Amino acid sequence: MTVISARGLRKTYGANVAVDGIDLTVARGEVFALLGPNGAGKTTTVEILEGHRQRDGGEVKVLGEDPGTAGRAWRAKLGIVLQTATDAAELTVRETVRHFAKYYPSPRDPDEVIDVCGLAEKAGARVRSLSGGQRRRVDVALGIIGRPELLFLDEPTTGFDPEARRQFWSLIRRLANEGTTILLTTHYLDEAEALAGRLAVVARGRLIAEGTPQTIGGRSTVAATVTWRDSNGEHREETSDPVEFVAKLTARGDRTMSDLRVHSPSLEDIYLDLIGERV
Amino acid sequence: MTSTAVVDAPARTGSTRTPRLPSTLQVGLSRGMIELKQFFRQKDAVIFTFAFPAFLTFMLGTIYDEPAHGTDVTMSQIFAAGMIAYGILSTAFISMGVGISVDREDGTLKRLRGTPVTAGAYFIGKIILVAVAAIAETVLLLAVGVLLFDVELPTDPARWLTFAWLLPLSIVSCTLLGIAASSLARSAKSAPAVLNLPAIGLQFISGIFVHIAALPDAMVQVAAFFPVKWMGQGFRSVFLPDSMAAQEAAGAWEHGMTALVLGAWCVIGLVLCLVTFRWTERRTR
Ligand SMILES: Nc1ncnc2c1ncn2[C@@H]1O[C@H](COP(=O)(O)OP(=O)(O)OP(=O)(O)O)[C@@H](O)[C@H]1O
Ligand SMILES: [Mg+2]
Repeated sequence: MTVISARGLRKTYGANVAVDGIDLTVARGEVFALLGPNGAGKTTTVEILEGHRQRDGGEVKVLGEDPGTAGRAWRAKLGIVLQTATDAAELTVRETVRHFAKYYPSPRDPDEVIDVCGLAEKAGARVRSLSGGQRRRVDVALGIIGRPELLFLDEPTTGFDPEARRQFWSLIRRLANEGTTILLTTHYLDEAEALAGRLAVVARGRLIAEGTPQTIGGRSTVAATVTWRDSNGEHREETSDPVEFVAKLTARGDRTMSDLRVHSPSLEDIYLDLIGERV
Repeated sequence: MTSTAVVDAPARTGSTRTPRLPSTLQVGLSRGMIELKQFFRQKDAVIFTFAFPAFLTFMLGTIYDEPAHGTDVTMSQIFAAGMIAYGILSTAFISMGVGISVDREDGTLKRLRGTPVTAGAYFIGKIILVAVAAIAETVLLLAVGVLLFDVELPTDPARWLTFAWLLPLSIVSCTLLGIAASSLARSAKSAPAVLNLPAIGLQFISGIFVHIAALPDAMVQVAAFFPVKWMGQGFRSVFLPDSMAAQEAAGAWEHGMTALVLGAWCVIGLVLCLVTFRWTERRTR
């Protein structure tokens, strides 16, 4: 079942076209990542889908409704983590999360959410006193407190330390396992690779590539590099079928062979290629 | 994010069970509590907001301590009674206008917009905050008047009855106008300046900072279109002897007119709110 569908989405600010005809389909239970350079139009796109901004053109349906006109019941099914927020500074973490739980028809347990978001130690601290990464975790906690069917995350892990990021990933996987549909934007390619079932690259308001982390931008068919060493020295070979190549290589039974490596392009290589090529 | 904890029960995928959304009133009351907590934890803002009208009353009352022309009521007492109108204007109109601008700028409103919270629930929360603050301010100003300037609290129930309709009408009209005026301010930084200009101007022409009998007629006629003049006149009618009615512009307390004008401003304020309220700044949409 389709949770998000957008056709020809457009948004302009004066002469600046922020979103220039984006098509997007996200099915229930999917984790979909939007990648793209600064100013590509990710936040604009996501905020149109959230109902925060009005589009200038295109067809959009989110959870069966037009975000531009949808009402309270629709919002109760969403979880939103915005790119920036500095509100609720004088409240404690626990007060904030408990208060937001009261907005929803069937919220999660606030203490449990505080715990899974890694805020247990800071539950009694004022939001104002938190570090940037901790503050961000509060945003995530408020995003999931309402038990959303669809969760929007705009650069959710900015400012997280590496451990917090891994913990966040496992939280996202768990939410996805439970059937939550997730649309996230990120600048971390490892994050997109770790979490997303499908992803899309946006540049200058247009979708320039879409696929799975394994196939996007022709990643699965792009040549891999095989390197090894034997009695004749170092060798390097480009091949579109590294598995076949390595099988043949090892079949020779050369005992002097060592240091065999296969380097296939990383998502980052593919991404930079896409951005460099098309922009 | 501890990996041992379990996120309870899965997101509802079907529509097996559709629990009702919490009511606007329920959420509004809960927001009221949160608003009060946030406000009273900002110690410096609290002290400034409350102390400023009291300080002005103290200054004006100390400087002008002569009896008013041809009466045995001191100017200090006249100021002390009228300044309740300023106390309400500053806690309701200015704090509300600035508060909403801040909420719009720091993302409070945008975050709420992404939840099932209604604008009504948000306003109920604000009105609770303002009602508590305005009543506290009124009590403080009365204490200053009674303790320093020998203002006598009335014993006649009819006067307290007047007070009982005057106070809520004043708070509600100022609050609604504050909400509407918050749309005029382009940022939280400019909001205090934008809101203080009309507020201070009205204090002068409405006979709050200056005795009304000393003002030119034309000025009072302009002031009569706005709520402040009527609020000041109303509070004077509650706390000053009836002989002082002669000093008012019409030579009477005009309770009927006061209720009418304030009631009209409540309606105008509500309409302005509904027409002008925006969840976010226009330039971020
Ligand atoms: N409210 C606005 N008013 C004017 N221009 C805007 C507004 N919001 C976004 N833009 C412009 O639209 C374009 C896309 O911005 P957007 O915030 O969607 O980018 P992004 O992909 O989220 O970037 P980042 O990775 O930096 O968050 C930019 O050129 C930006 O300047
Ligand atoms: Mg962005």
